[in-house]
Amino acid sequence: MSEPLLKVENLKQHFRISRSYTVKAVNGVSFEIYPGETYGLVGESGSGKTTIGRSIIRLYNPTEGRILFDGMDITGRLEGKTRETLRENMQMIFQDPMASLNPRKKVSDIIGEGLDIHHRYQSREDRAEQISAMLRKVGLSPEHASRYPHQFSGGQRQRVGIARALIMNPKLIIADECISALDVSIQAQVVNLMKDIQEETSCAYLFIAHDLSMVKYISDRIGVLHLGYLVEAGTKEEIFSNPVHPYTKSLLSAIPHPNPEVEKRRKSIAYDYASSGIDYAKGTEHTVGGTHTVLATDEEFEKWTNQR
Amino acid sequence: MSETPKKILDIKNLDISFKTNAGIVHAIRGVSLDLCKGETVAVVGESGSGKSVTMKAAMGLLDSNAIINSGEILYTYTDKDGNEVTTDLLKLSRKELRRDFNGQRIAMVFQDPMTSLDPTMTIGKQIMEGMFLHKHMEKEAARKRAIELLDLVGIPEAEKRFKNYPHQLSGGMRQRVVIAIALSADPDILICDEPTTALDVTIQARILELIMDIQKKMKLSVIYITHDLGVVAKVADYVNVMYAGKIVEVGNVNEIFYEPKHPYTWGLLSSMPDLDTDDERLYSIPGSPPNLLHEPKGDAFAARNQFAMAIDEKAEPPMFQISCTHFAATWLLHPDAPKVEMPPELKTRIERAQKEVAKIL
Repeated sequence: MSEPLLKVENLKQHFRISRSYTVKAVNGVSFEIYPGETYGLVGESGSGKTTIGRSIIRLYNPTEGRILFDGMDITGRLEGKTRETLRENMQMIFQDPMASLNPRKKVSDIIGEGLDIHHRYQSREDRAEQISAMLRKVGLSPEHASRYPHQFSGGQRQRVGIARALIMNPKLIIADECISALDVSIQAQVVNLMKDIQEETSCAYLFIAHDLSMVKYISDRIGVLHLGYLVEAGTKEEIFSNPVHPYTKSLLSAIPHPNPEVEKRRKSIAYDYASSGIDYAKGTEHTVGGTHTVLATDEEFEKWTNQR
Repeated sequence: MSETPKKILDIKNLDISFKTNAGIVHAIRGVSLDLCKGETVAVVGESGSGKSVTMKAAMGLLDSNAIINSGEILYTYTDKDGNEVTTDLLKLSRKELRRDFNGQRIAMVFQDPMTSLDPTMTIGKQIMEGMFLHKHMEKEAARKRAIELLDLVGIPEAEKRFKNYPHQLSGGMRQRVVIAIALSADPDILICDEPTTALDVTIQARILELIMDIQKKMKLSVIYITHDLGVVAKVADYVNVMYAGKIVEVGNVNEIFYEPKHPYTWGLLSSMPDLDTDDERLYSIPGSPPNLLHEPKGDAFAARNQFAMAIDEKAEPPMFQISCTHFAATWLLHPDAPKVEMPPELKTRIERAQKEVAKIL
């Protein structure tokens, strides 16, 4: 494979609440994203998936570790130039399409803000042209440009959010739970749209979600996150057909199936970190095979892989 | 089933409009639904299809701009003297509903456990509140019962947790407390309005299993309002699929999942991601739900329906009967309609699901 587009090495993100209390949201997470692929990050709420996304795009200052984007170190102090390339090439789609669009701006100004800041147009006509092309691409019509966010439905608003991220023609888009707030049928529309756009522009996605079935649909590789540790990672086939970590197993068992006879007989596997006796801090990365890795101590790894 | 179970809630031809600045929104357009004792009924639909409004009408929680055009909600219960009484909940005043029904006989679990609890009260107090109001219990007895309930909903160390405030609990625990509050007055009917949408998958599974457990223990009848078909498959006996203020398909859970007849149900089922296929694209229902500010002419689903026929534009389809429990409102079932099969992807998916079932049985 070619050079990774994004390389996260041993990322730690701690938040100091008071002198005696620090929240360790992310504890030494490493992964890579290659150009044009989709990396899915799953985990329950509080597992640190959003924090990772925000650290990568530098909404937070990482406590420790290194993030390389396109060969460029983007941790620590950013040079003016690095910052500019980072802001142009990495974009984010947020969870709540209600809260992430400025209600007092027209859609054209929301989408065009990146163009304005980075002077990406020659004339007013050019700007309007780019915006309407983008609106068409995400399945809205150019007339929508002069409307305000409240005049749209949830699915349409999320499309505006996607258009805003895409107009800079980024190499990496961080999609933070971008479909969780939408209805099932609208979710499918947005996911298909994201897939189409990827085919066309070959941008990479970091897809953050807690819905494993959607993650399976869109991702090439998946990382499972729990309590700030990346407990298991691999391609989607590896994770879904051969889960090793008990937390991954419990997550997979919780996915509801649209099959009543099966669903009524199935019980989900419970997983409780406190009583499981697993200490994530002691675990090291073990390779199961291929790109499939799991966080475990030697004995745990032995036990989990022999169970099958 | 050998004996016919007793109907306890019977919604007949309910029709509700809302007066808004933009005009009259006809949100519920003739909904009929019934619930028998001890059963679980699910109401499925997109947001804006009117599923919550229907249940809010039964609870008397409609906003003040709502106009009930017609219909009745008949509720059958045994009163204190042991007589069986049937009342129309829509005819009662809000005060009567509050005093005798809400919370006491019909309880509701809301979607978001973060906002449905009072942050300034301990959870124990919130659970006892209903018992004081409805059952006039002594404080000690109420306290004992509250701790029992906390135990029942699976909160460890109930005695200690009793004095906790909602912010000290996680989302899943808070939803358990909300369920305990709903159960505090021994209701007959529990209405769960998207009880797990705000929760994670792992916690969702546990909460659903908990509700099913309690339902068996207390012989509750439960109504689920949800847009998640996975949840429906897990919990429901009967399913009502709602679209644009109407019920478009009713049936027991196997009929809806294995032999769906309405194109909207086909769309809903196909748009659920499936773990067993590696399809490149997910099916999605084209377009978006109609705006009920403008009354749709003919079949409300016609604009998004790839199988729509000329008649769909002109007349609303009646409910066609398929089996004794299975009904669907689509012109495709009319004897003169061309034979239309469900989309092939869905068909293979259902066949695969049935094979899976055959394996277990």
